[in-house]
Amino acid sequence: MKNYSVLSKKCFLMLSLCASLVVNAQAEETIKVGVLHSLSGTMAISETTLKDTMLMLIAEQNKKGGLLGKKLEAVVVDPASNWPLFAEKARELLTKDKVSAIFGCWTSVSRKSVLPVIEELNGVLFYPVQYEGEESSKNVFYTGAAPNQQAIPAVDYLMNDLKVKRWVLAGTDYVYPRTTNKILEAYLKAKGVAKKDIMINYTPFGHSDWQSIVADVKKFGSAGKKTAVVSTINGDANVPFYKELGNQGVSAENIPVVAFSVGEEELSGVDTKPLVGHLAAWNYFMSVDTTKNAAFIKQWQDYIKNPKRVTNDPMEAHYLGFNMWVKAVEKAGTTDADAVQKAMIGVEYPNLTGGIAKMLPNHHISKPVLIGEIQDDGQFMTVWQTNKVVDGDAWSDFLPDSKPIIADWTAPIQCGNYNTKTKKCSGQNY
Amino acid sequence: MNTLPRCYFLQCVSYLLLVFSLSFISAAEASDSVASLQASLGLLKQTSMTARKQAITQLGEGHQPRSLAILHALLVGQLFIIKSTDKMVIAEAQAEQAFTVYEAESNQDLGQFSGAELSKISLTNALRSQVRKLIAELEINAEHPATRLAALKECDATVDEHLLSIIKARLPIETDAQVKQAIQQVLLLQHMTQGAKGERIAAIKVLKNEDSLAVVNQLKTFVEKDSEGQYLETDADIRHVAEAALTTITQRMQWYAGIETIFFGLSLGAVLVLSAIGLAITFGVMGVINMAHGELMMLGAYTTYVLQQLLPNHTGLSLLLAIPAAFLMSAAVGMLIERGIIRFLYGRPLETLLATFGVSLLLQQLVRSIFSPLNKSVATPQWLSGSWQVNDFLSLTWNRFYILVFCLVVFVALMQILKRTRLGLEVRAVAQNRTMAKAMGIPTARVDALTFGLGSGIAGVAGVALSQITNVGPNLGQAYIVDSFMVVVFGGVGNLLGTLVAGFSLGIANKFLEPFAGAVLAKIVLLIFIILFIQKHPRGLFPQKGRAADS
Amino acid sequence: MKHLLFAHHDKFSRTIVLALAILTIGIPLLTLLTPVESVFHCSAYTLSLLGKYLTFALVGLSLDLVWGYCGILALGQGAFFALGGYVMGMYLMRQIGARGVYGNPELPDFMVFLNWQELPWYWLGVNHFGVMLLLVGLVPGLLAWVFGGLAFRSRVTGVYLSIITQALTYALLLAFFRNEMGFGGNNGLTDFKDILGFNCQSEAVRVALFFLSGLALLGSYLLCHAVVHSKLGRVVMAIRDQEARVRFLGYRVELFKLWIFVFAAILAGIAGALYVPQVGIINPSEFSPLNSLEIVIWVAIGGRGTLYGAIIGAILVNYGKTVLTGLLPEAWLYILGSLFVLVTLLLPQGLVGWLRSYTKERSA
Repeated sequence: MKNYSVLSKKCFLMLSLCASLVVNAQAEETIKVGVLHSLSGTMAISETTLKDTMLMLIAEQNKKGGLLGKKLEAVVVDPASNWPLFAEKARELLTKDKVSAIFGCWTSVSRKSVLPVIEELNGVLFYPVQYEGEESSKNVFYTGAAPNQQAIPAVDYLMNDLKVKRWVLAGTDYVYPRTTNKILEAYLKAKGVAKKDIMINYTPFGHSDWQSIVADVKKFGSAGKKTAVVSTINGDANVPFYKELGNQGVSAENIPVVAFSVGEEELSGVDTKPLVGHLAAWNYFMSVDTTKNAAFIKQWQDYIKNPKRVTNDPMEAHYLGFNMWVKAVEKAGTTDADAVQKAMIGVEYPNLTGGIAKMLPNHHISKPVLIGEIQDDGQFMTVWQTNKVVDGDAWSDFLPDSKPIIADWTAPIQCGNYNTKTKKCSGQNY
Repeated sequence: MNTLPRCYFLQCVSYLLLVFSLSFISAAEASDSVASLQASLGLLKQTSMTARKQAITQLGEGHQPRSLAILHALLVGQLFIIKSTDKMVIAEAQAEQAFTVYEAESNQDLGQFSGAELSKISLTNALRSQVRKLIAELEINAEHPATRLAALKECDATVDEHLLSIIKARLPIETDAQVKQAIQQVLLLQHMTQGAKGERIAAIKVLKNEDSLAVVNQLKTFVEKDSEGQYLETDADIRHVAEAALTTITQRMQWYAGIETIFFGLSLGAVLVLSAIGLAITFGVMGVINMAHGELMMLGAYTTYVLQQLLPNHTGLSLLLAIPAAFLMSAAVGMLIERGIIRFLYGRPLETLLATFGVSLLLQQLVRSIFSPLNKSVATPQWLSGSWQVNDFLSLTWNRFYILVFCLVVFVALMQILKRTRLGLEVRAVAQNRTMAKAMGIPTARVDALTFGLGSGIAGVAGVALSQITNVGPNLGQAYIVDSFMVVVFGGVGNLLGTLVAGFSLGIANKFLEPFAGAVLAKIVLLIFIILFIQKHPRGLFPQKGRAADS
Repeated sequence: MKHLLFAHHDKFSRTIVLALAILTIGIPLLTLLTPVESVFHCSAYTLSLLGKYLTFALVGLSLDLVWGYCGILALGQGAFFALGGYVMGMYLMRQIGARGVYGNPELPDFMVFLNWQELPWYWLGVNHFGVMLLLVGLVPGLLAWVFGGLAFRSRVTGVYLSIITQALTYALLLAFFRNEMGFGGNNGLTDFKDILGFNCQSEAVRVALFFLSGLALLGSYLLCHAVVHSKLGRVVMAIRDQEARVRFLGYRVELFKLWIFVFAAILAGIAGALYVPQVGIINPSEFSPLNSLEIVIWVAIGGRGTLYGAIIGAILVNYGKTVLTGLLPEAWLYILGSLFVLVTLLLPQGLVGWLRSYTKERSA
């Protein structure tokens, strides 16, 4: 008999565990906003800043009186750089916390992991990082750059202004560099660059011993033709890469490196001497001199209580995404996902660097493209920029498989993967 | 994606100004070189890069005595404008945000200024190479032979008519033998393409003994075919001579490439050895599986960062000071871990793994809380950057070279401590037979703490070295921990020499595999090799008897 | 068989069996029978979360068998888990068929994207459910058999064995990261649509998966329990305690070890296969040495050499992680880290050992 009481206690415990996860009665007074960025693990280095940016933006909005007469409330979770955990936490945010929108993810794999959950539960996700394209979900708004908003203009600049004839496409071995390099290779070949003048190299994440690869790049670049490196090398591997370049005597004047993942924040953790003169292509630089940008930088530095903290491109993407979401919610008069998704398209908000960002029917936004040279203070000097904003293109025109595909979330197409040749919508989960 | 210039308005204004100042200059040139200098500087002050380009060209043409100094300052980013007076100055950094300022035109000392009062004249890549070329041109006639030599080296690859005439003019008046030879080589390179057939063949035959990339590239054009399959070089004799010359040079290049690969391998090995050798003590000698070893390295790297923050203007000194500081820091933390946790776990070696894994999580998060999760910038002193350029085909980077030396020094020092000091004797005694050592009156508890401290301290020292080649951030340790364990196990637990040999051989093997297999596959191959090797030799390269051997 | 499966259970073991049985049957029943608004209705989130814990418990259980009973501290148990997961992932990928982004009926999207013309040979056949089931056990089992066979025959023991198991999972991690391998590189396999024709995201499938996870755990627990209480189990424990003596007694030590090692690898593979459809993604980070270390931690915290300790440890640590990453995103690592340190220091036999001595004291 005694045994039974222990057992029933155990059962009760188990059930209450289940129940406690379900019930978490919420007072419906605030509008909840999910922040899904890694605060520990390998990605914490990049994502923590975005969490702080979101908290700042939400606090700012609350100072202005909130949204629809309610206060905004941030729900911060830590997916700990663990991809399955991203999906789990997204589900937690949507079902348990019932957030109206999620701002989060950095790596492509984290987005891919979250995607089925967001689509199943009809959430709204704002993804703030430059990425490989080839995707457009009803539930995701891509506020970072698509390849045509970063990679192609950068290559154009190298080709036209620096007269580059030989190309090294170096990247970390994952989907973003693979896609970007594939697009660039097709683009370069279309421009008449011979196969032997393109060198492609992939390295693992966090690669730290660049001696052999830099020596190869040097050899490749010493053939008498102007050579440039297009780098899609990810995060942590960059510092040893640039250090090795500098030490082996590869300067930006001989072989410039244009990077798509090196921004102000990455530079703040680096001895910039070996990097001076190398290039980066983004849609935002902290050094761009506009009053809006100055105000944003001041707001950020005041918020984080550090006058030396820098701002960067993904932060601007969240700034745009958040403000667009606010406008869309006001337009729709509700935070209901379907209404907001509909209202989002066509919403405009000024970029920090000038021009107007507009949410396009393919859920990407229009942005200016800037190319900057790294200065020794860790800032970029803009050396080139597009004269007007460029529309983000979800499906690249330089890949044969993607060329006929478009994304359009307005009637009558209503599809993120619409083949204009076969008139079919494929790969959708609804 | 139409590319229009950045800002029409600015562009137009600067163009007008340019025209205006050009006319102004042409008037002034004859009368006063100072006025022309001022005009160039005025142009330089503008933000338009076109104006700056023009200004730089003028600085080169004018031959004013100050041009060279100004160009040098411009190149290294020491040319500033005082915001209040709009005066062009050369500023030397004294401390953070404090500069000693000299007037650009007169070199007159204007005293101290803060960074906020100055605005820098920045350059783009195109301008930077223009300045560099200009300096080289001006310095071909410089006073010191070494400067002249460097200048000639600089213009080696790209010689245009103008530069060639300067170099030719220098030859008859050159006194220094080395410089003379360098000039002749530049001229020979010209002879290879232009001139009579005999002259060209002679030039090729002389130059094939030179280790010069310019020569190789030139020779390659002789044997290249155009798109229709026709040789670019029409003379068959020259082609044959060029081919023969290329073969000899290529042989030498391969030889140098081999040396380079060995060097790369040794330096990779040095990093492996440095990160593993502390572990070889805590793991090998004491039998503690210290998962926090990587974090102890991370502490060493952060110590370097902190010291650099304390001594912002003495990068080199702070780095040297960081070596003992990091040792003490990591040793202290290590001893704390030993006294607080590990000493309760002796005899349960596998459980030390769990506890120290917890410690590693704690240390990582602690660093994140104190220093933020962002990477920290650790500066590299001048003497650690750049490379030792043996010739065009072989250069050895200084930082790798020093790390290799440093690794050997640390290893020798450690061996001496273990072999010749009392502590070393006690450590070895405890490692071989704890109970017997205790019976002989050796304070085993103290020895344990000191041994663990020693191993941890070495990890800290390794962290200083790592701060020079990789990111300093909370994840630093994790990147190395698995590799470190492999090295120790491959070398044979409990044997420091084994760790050294294992680290270097894995490094060299990796670098020889990398060209064929790629970085990832090379690593996979080595891991499989280690797995198979352990099957054949279950106690690693150098099996060791003792306490650890039984666990 | 019945005698073996249900005999020798002490009080704790009986409790855990009952609790697992109730959980396995109760939660699916409650979810299916109660309306969505009810307190007792487990949401999809809770279901897949609990299901995930159960698969973790299963892999913990498999490690306890090799570590707690055979004395092999395998730092690569995650590799077998991930391999099982990949087999399941491949099956699910093949079920997508022409519904992928590029609409290719044969090739998964990532292969179309990387210009693969046809399926590599190792992808053939996994689209059949039966073949997949077979491979879930076969692939990890085979790897364990080859690896263990080599290692045990050449008498690699102790830390050497631990470190080379770590090398194994590390090598697999690097290999699966390579896009050329044909396993989707860093992104891994994701965006699954259905399983045996049923929508992966439907409640019925979730319930079924949860039920299967519970059943697998319960079954494996009983099986493991039977194994360790059989004669074979006693030999294995003798090997753990005094390998040389057992060998001198004439036992082929390496065969016993291999048996246990392969058996545990198959269990881990099954756990992985159940894990993947519930979390919706499998990618190379599952091979990371840190993941395998974590499994060791679960077992240590629960209490090793008890089987049920591994289950309790896995569930508790992961439940703690779920709660803390949401509640204290900035501080949860402090708590987790201190927990590991404190448990090793204060509870060398894990929570179960402490509970046991506590109840013993009380009854005494």
